[in-house]
Amino acid sequence: MSSLQNQPSASPAEIAGCAPLMVRDVTVAYHRKPVLWNVSLEIPTGSLVGLVGPNGAGKSTLLKTVVDMVPRISGEVSVFGEPYKRVRGQVAYVPQRETVDWDFPATALDVVLMGTYGQLGWFRRAGQAERKLAVEALRKMEIEHLATRQISQLSGGQQQRTFLARALVQQANLYLMDEPFAAVDASTERAIVMLMRELQKQKKTIIVVHHDLHTVPTYFDFIVLLNMRLVAAGPTTEVFTEGNLQKTYGGKLTLLEEAGEAMRLRDGSVKS
Amino acid sequence: MAEPLFANVCLATMDSFWRVFLLRDYNTRVVLLGTVLLGIAAGLLGVYLLLRRRILIGDAISHATLPGVALAFLWTASTGQDKSLGWLLFGAAISGALGGITVLGLRHIAKIREDAALGIVLSVFFGAGVSLLSIVQQLPGGNSSGLEGFIYGKAAAMTSEDVWLCGIVAALVFFTVALVGKEMRILCFDIELARSQGWPVLFLDSLLIALVVAVTIVGLQAVGLILIIALLVIPAASARFWTHELTWMLMISALIGAISCAAGTLLSAAIVKLPSGAAIVLAACALFLASFAVGRQRGVIWRIVRIWELQREQDFHHLLRAAYEVLEFDACLPSISDEFKSSAPIDIYKLVQQRTWTLAKVRRLVKQMAARNLVVIGSNSTIHLTPRGILKALEFVRDHRLLEHYMMEEAAAHVVEADREADYLEHGLIPELSAGLSASRMRDLVNPPPSPHVLAPGGGTESEASESN
Repeated sequence: MSSLQNQPSASPAEIAGCAPLMVRDVTVAYHRKPVLWNVSLEIPTGSLVGLVGPNGAGKSTLLKTVVDMVPRISGEVSVFGEPYKRVRGQVAYVPQRETVDWDFPATALDVVLMGTYGQLGWFRRAGQAERKLAVEALRKMEIEHLATRQISQLSGGQQQRTFLARALVQQANLYLMDEPFAAVDASTERAIVMLMRELQKQKKTIIVVHHDLHTVPTYFDFIVLLNMRLVAAGPTTEVFTEGNLQKTYGGKLTLLEEAGEAMRLRDGSVKS
Repeated sequence: MAEPLFANVCLATMDSFWRVFLLRDYNTRVVLLGTVLLGIAAGLLGVYLLLRRRILIGDAISHATLPGVALAFLWTASTGQDKSLGWLLFGAAISGALGGITVLGLRHIAKIREDAALGIVLSVFFGAGVSLLSIVQQLPGGNSSGLEGFIYGKAAAMTSEDVWLCGIVAALVFFTVALVGKEMRILCFDIELARSQGWPVLFLDSLLIALVVAVTIVGLQAVGLILIIALLVIPAASARFWTHELTWMLMISALIGAISCAAGTLLSAAIVKLPSGAAIVLAACALFLASFAVGRQRGVIWRIVRIWELQREQDFHHLLRAAYEVLEFDACLPSISDEFKSSAPIDIYKLVQQRTWTLAKVRRLVKQMAARNLVVIGSNSTIHLTPRGILKALEFVRDHRLLEHYMMEEAAAHVVEADREADYLEHGLIPELSAGLSASRMRDLVNPPPSPHVLAPGGGTESEASESN
C-alpha cells in the first residue's frame, strides 16, 4: 500500500532547494464573497512566521487553502516546490482546538496516534513504532503522564499540547498552526514557544496564526500581515512597523468587505 | 417463497412461554439468530453514526424507505409477479437512498438548514408511503398486513433468507469496522486533520451512510422503519456510559444491541400482539437506563460516589487543619524530635467551634479518620493526631496559608475573604501548583507560614480577624 500522504512522493533532495511555501495570486471566496484577494508570498526555509491580522482577515482561510481544504478561485500554492497533494507527508496542520469534540471517546495517546494515520495509509494500524513516536511526542510536550487520560478530562492547555504532540509525530518540515495560543495557560504558552524554537533549530518552518500583537516581535522572526489582501510580509524587524499595523488594522479596506458582501447578497445565497 | 418459519405465538399459557424462552422451537432459534446479528451490526454502526453526529440522517433514511416498499408491492401486484421480499427490500433501498440524497440537495442547493431538511424529508417521504399504503389496501385481494410489519416490526415473519441477509449485512459492517476503523475514527474526531492528511472524507461519509441504509433495510422486518433508529442510537449512547475508549465502546454497543434484540424478540414472541420493534426498543431502553445508573465511567451512581468521596476528603482536610490550629493556639505543636509520636490531646469541642460543624459530624469524621490512621481517639472526648496525620495537617495548613497570603497580596483580598477563598481553592492545589506557590511566595517548603488572621478556637476566627500579619 503506498503511503497516503505522499502519492508519487517528492524526495527530500528535491525539497531541499525550494521554498517551504509559495503562494501566488491566490483568491478564495465563500459563496462568491471573496475572503482572500490576490495574496502572493514566499516563506523562507527555517522561518518562524506569525500570521497576523484582524478578525475575518482570512488568516485561517490562508492556512486551509494551503492544505487544499478550501478551494481557490484562482492562484497557485506550492509547498516545497510541489502541489500540496504530492507533499502531504511534509506538512502538519494543527486546526483550532474548538473545531473538535473533546468529549470523543479517546485518550490523549489515541489523539496523538492519529497524527501517524496519514503515513500509515489505508488499512494499516498503528503499531509499536507509532506508539513509541507518540509517547515521545507527549514527553516533548511535557504531558507524558497524561497519555492514558480521557481527552475531556484535560485542561485547555493540555488539549492544545496534545494537538501539538499530534503534529510532532507527523515529522513534517512545514507546520501550520491555527491559533495554538488561544485560551491556553501561561506555562503552555511557554512550552509552545519553546517547541517552536526547537523545531526552528531543526530547520523546520512554522507558520502560526496569532492574535496577541504584544508578543509578535518576541515570538516570530518573520511576519505576514493580512487583511483580506496581503499588507506586508517579511522579517519582523522590517515589517512589524507602526505604519503597516495601521494599514492592517486601520479598517481602510471596509469597501472591499462591503462590496464582497453585496456580491453575496445579490445572488441570494445564504451564509452557512 | 419460503413460509414464515414461526407463526405468531400468541398463546399466553406458561407452557408456551417456556417453549419460547427455552428455545425449543427451531423457528425461534432462527429468528433469534437473525435479530441478534442485526443488533450487532446496528450497535457497531451506531457508534460511528453517533460520533459523526449523523443520527437524524439515519432516521430520515429509514422513514424514507416506506414509499419504496409500497411502490414495489404495487408493482409486483400489478405485474402479477411473486411478491418476493427481495423486491420490497430493493424498493426500500432505492427510496431510502433517494431520501438521503434529497436531504443533501435541500441542504446544499436550496440552502435549507440541516434540521429543517431532515424534518421535511422524513415527514414527506413517510406521508407518501402512508398514502401509497392506502392504495395497497384497496387493491382487490391486496392486504397490507404484510406491509404493516415493515412499519412496526414483526420478527416472527422472518424467514431463513432474511436471516442470511442479516448475516451478510452484519459481516459487511464488521469487516468495514475492522478494515477502516482507523479511517472512520479520524473522520469522526477531526475532519480537518483527516482532510489535511488527504483522506477521502466524502467517500468515508458515503460508506457510513450506505451501511446505515443496508442495516435499515434488513432491520425493516424485525424492528420496523419507525423504530430502527433506536437500534442505531440507543446501544451506542448506552455504551458511552461504560467506557472512554472507542474500541471498547464498539464492543459494548454491539453487545447491548445483541441483548436488546434477543430480549425483544423473545418478549414479542411470548406476549400476544406485542410488535417486536417496540419490544426491542423497550429492551434497549432498559439497558440504557441501567447503563445510565451503573455505567462505570459516566453512570450517575459512580459519579455520586466520586463526589461523595471528594467531599469527605475535603472534610478530612478541614478537620486536620482545625486540629493543627488548635494545637498551634495552645502552643503544643509537636516538634521535629517528636517525629514518631502522636500529638498532644485535642478537645473535640474545640474542633466543633473551629468550623460550622455539628458535634455528631465531627465524631463521625473522627471515626472515619481513625480508620485511616490519621488520628487516634483518646479519652474524655479528645483526639490525637498520628504522625501521619501531623504530616498531612502540616501540608494542608501550609497550602491554606500560602493561598491566603497569595490572595491578600496578589488579589488584594480582605483577610476574611482570603480565608474563605483559600478554604475552597486549597482542594485544587495539585502538587505542581503548591510547589510553584511556595517558590513564588519564598516560603519554607515544610513549615507553614503564620496565619494572617487570629486563631481563636471558640472565639470565632472571622469576627476577630485582624489585618496584621
